[in-house]
Amino acid sequence: MSELIDLSAAEAAKLTRAGELDPAELFDAYRARAAADELNAFTWVADAVPDGDGVNGSPLGGVPLAVKDLFCTEGVPSQAGSRILEDYRPPYTATVVAQLAAAGAPLLGKTNQDEFAMGSSNENSAYGPVLNPWDRTRVPGGSSGGSAAAVAAGLAPWAIGTDTGGSIRQPAALCGIVGLKPTYGACSRFGMIAFASSLDQAGPLTRDVTDAALLLRHMIGHDARDSTSVPFPGEIAEPNAVDLRGIRLGVPEELAGDGIEPGVLESFRATLALAERLGATVEPCTLPHAPHALSAYYLIAPAEASANLARYDGVRYGLRVDAPDLISMYTRTRSAGFGPEVKRRIMLGTYALSSGYYDAYYGTAQKVRTMISEDFRAAFECFDFIVTPTSPWTAFELGAKTADPLAMYLNDFCTVPMPLAGIPAISIPSGLSDGLPVGFQLAGPAFSESRLLDAAFALEQAIGFDGSAARR
Amino acid sequence: MSPAYEPVIGLEIHVQLATRTKMFCGCELSFGDPPNTHTCPVCLGLPGTLPVLNARAVQFGLLIGLALGSQIAERSLFHRKNYFYPDLPKGYQISQYDVPLCSGGGLGDVRIHRVHLEEDAAKLVHVGESGRIHGSDRSVVDFNRGGTPLVEIVTEPDLTSPEQAREWLTLLRATLKRLGVSDVNMEEGSLRCDANVSVRPVGSDQLGTKTELKNMNSFRYLERGVRAEIERQIGLRQSGEPVVQETLHFDPASERLTPLRSKEEAHDYRYFPEPDLVPLVITSEMRGQAELPELPAARAERFQRELGLSTERARELAFRTELGDYYERALAGDGHDPITVANWIPLLVERIGSDADPAESEVTPEALATLAGMVAAKEVARDAAREVLTQLVADGGDPRVIIEQRGLESISAEDGGLAEIIERAIAADPDAAEQVRQGNMRAVGPLVGFVMKETKGRADGGEITRLIRERVSSGS
Repeated sequence: MSELIDLSAAEAAKLTRAGELDPAELFDAYRARAAADELNAFTWVADAVPDGDGVNGSPLGGVPLAVKDLFCTEGVPSQAGSRILEDYRPPYTATVVAQLAAAGAPLLGKTNQDEFAMGSSNENSAYGPVLNPWDRTRVPGGSSGGSAAAVAAGLAPWAIGTDTGGSIRQPAALCGIVGLKPTYGACSRFGMIAFASSLDQAGPLTRDVTDAALLLRHMIGHDARDSTSVPFPGEIAEPNAVDLRGIRLGVPEELAGDGIEPGVLESFRATLALAERLGATVEPCTLPHAPHALSAYYLIAPAEASANLARYDGVRYGLRVDAPDLISMYTRTRSAGFGPEVKRRIMLGTYALSSGYYDAYYGTAQKVRTMISEDFRAAFECFDFIVTPTSPWTAFELGAKTADPLAMYLNDFCTVPMPLAGIPAISIPSGLSDGLPVGFQLAGPAFSESRLLDAAFALEQAIGFDGSAARR
Repeated sequence: MSPAYEPVIGLEIHVQLATRTKMFCGCELSFGDPPNTHTCPVCLGLPGTLPVLNARAVQFGLLIGLALGSQIAERSLFHRKNYFYPDLPKGYQISQYDVPLCSGGGLGDVRIHRVHLEEDAAKLVHVGESGRIHGSDRSVVDFNRGGTPLVEIVTEPDLTSPEQAREWLTLLRATLKRLGVSDVNMEEGSLRCDANVSVRPVGSDQLGTKTELKNMNSFRYLERGVRAEIERQIGLRQSGEPVVQETLHFDPASERLTPLRSKEEAHDYRYFPEPDLVPLVITSEMRGQAELPELPAARAERFQRELGLSTERARELAFRTELGDYYERALAGDGHDPITVANWIPLLVERIGSDADPAESEVTPEALATLAGMVAAKEVARDAAREVLTQLVADGGDPRVIIEQRGLESISAEDGGLAEIIERAIAADPDAAEQVRQGNMRAVGPLVGFVMKETKGRADGGEITRLIRERVSSGS
């Protein structure tokens, strides 16, 4: 069984397609591990392979998939880490999940997350924190912490999550796996319980870059039910680059200096040196407005969230706390149903949109957002990719930052500019610092996913990161 | 003496578009179906759902904008209007805000401020005695209506009387109906009108404090509601009290206006651009496909210019599309006089009911035109023709056949029978005849009545009068 678990998803899919591995056996092996989950990574695990077509001869070969809780799955709890949606079972399935199931990745289970994807440590889940498989006293990152921990610990061959300000890349970094946030619009958002609509994107969390490419290939595409989705130009190819010759990497001084933990910086620099040995040129670059990204993000995302979360009012579904009148019912339901971080962001967002403050806050944030996009556009005239550490630090201890929301927000310092610009970015493990994984981030222009994956693949091969310790 | 006041009125009209499906999902529109049978995850606001704009609704909005002579924005935006209410499943309404599809324009002598697209709320039914949310036992929500495409038309404050407001709304309704974009049924709520009302001293160019009147779900209620509010405001001003800006609910039964307490309490809607939708771009192709039919205002003008109808008659026929259509079909036959036929349409409407479509009555346009023509040609007397019309409304048929069967052909002067009846009328009331001879024309009444009775209405009243006068003044 341990052999099975050590196969990457792509390897396992190749074997099932060749008839050398029974997909049911693979599913059961993972099902058993997920059911015995000690990390609190799963909030729901399937009993059996869902009835389904698409396994035999399908491109994804029946390799089971862990799905972040906020993806709607028909008849299966989809709670988005919130008490207000406790045991909520949607009547339909998210497009991305349905596409992957049709391509042969059946649903293994739903993974824990920060409530409504608001958090960077997975400590904001109403269903308890997720533990980092590298060190169970530490956080896995967030908000897709359950997906990252499940893949790192070998409880799932691969997983999907969502990234709004870093929610795929940061937990991938902290758990020593690969996480990719696609170009905004590449994947349908239909059926993703929304946090911030103009930023949310689904993406893969996988053990290696090849798995990420394979999963992403079946996630992309225009969806008639999501007006913001677009047809992806070209296909996602299987990455196969052996070097980085001719690749120009830009290192933004704003995101790769101050505030980065020494161990993280050391791993980052070692990776840059490796990239140069692979033929890349590495030069400093500038993203002048990047230092303001975090402020803009923490206005735009809460503003959109304050409206997106208004539907949880106790009228039609989810939690309802009865009261003698309508307003009290709203107040009691939402007071009981939302956690403190969600309430904080609803208040921030409501304030930012209020009459008299809109221009100063939301309006200014949108202008900053445009400037950040412009910064990237200018940088990509000189560089193929922008590279940064994914997270300023490695996995921190549970509870270490919960008392200080602003310190927690700094987690997203390096990951927030990309979703504001709508561009893709990938995090790959670059090594360990004091026994904890460090993430290396590459960001490219819109729809450059194939090139991004290729570059990440070449680096991955050269780094030779071994994540098996977390799967014990 | 206190100064005279004049009202200033602007209207906000919500029009439900007659698309097949809702504004942002594939649910079919319905009216009167069992509650919550036309819903889906999107229009119920379930987690994870997203809106997709209805292309037909855009086309209809574009048609309305073009018909009103508005400027069409090449790129307009949808916003979220945020407030909590059980009829609003997402907690916000998707509506256009600072960049609407259409700006400016006008209809008749009223300028249009803007025209924008939005979605309708669901229907809230308050169970209990009052029928309103305060004091009801509980409320239930029917989401069938939720998400119905709406166009909101906002006028400039160019109306100056309740009657004018009513007449203008009639024109707007006819225009929308002609465009085929809405059922425009006020009772069913597919056309809803709010009015902004203020008063100011005559001659002042400053606007007074306005109030907003809701729930005027018929033309009559609009006129009455606005009239009541104008009287109330003038009363306040004359007694030196201020008009308070508020929203008022018009109760048609009592004709009273009561302040509305509701979602209006929260005034900060925190509008921001809807991130789930892309900007609405109107292409030249979409404009090219938007063909305008002849609109009621132009039709009324044509009826006056080409057919010689009076302004009033022209509007009466043109502002109700079905009347105008019926009229033009009646004129299609040879040799019909437009004015004569036009004069008979109101008589038909009187018999079938003012809201009925004459095309759906038993009376074919040809039959009405024939009857009108026979009256003009004095082949049948007016009174007899009215009787024929009554029978046509009941049973249909050909007026010529009815007239022949019932022996209602007019008796003319040349017909000896009529002269003989006049002789008998004079013999029966010689005093009246003498008075007529002396010039007292009022005395002719009983004589004419006698003849009409004897001829069973087959003779023309004017003709009889003329013959009697001739007869008495010629002496003998």
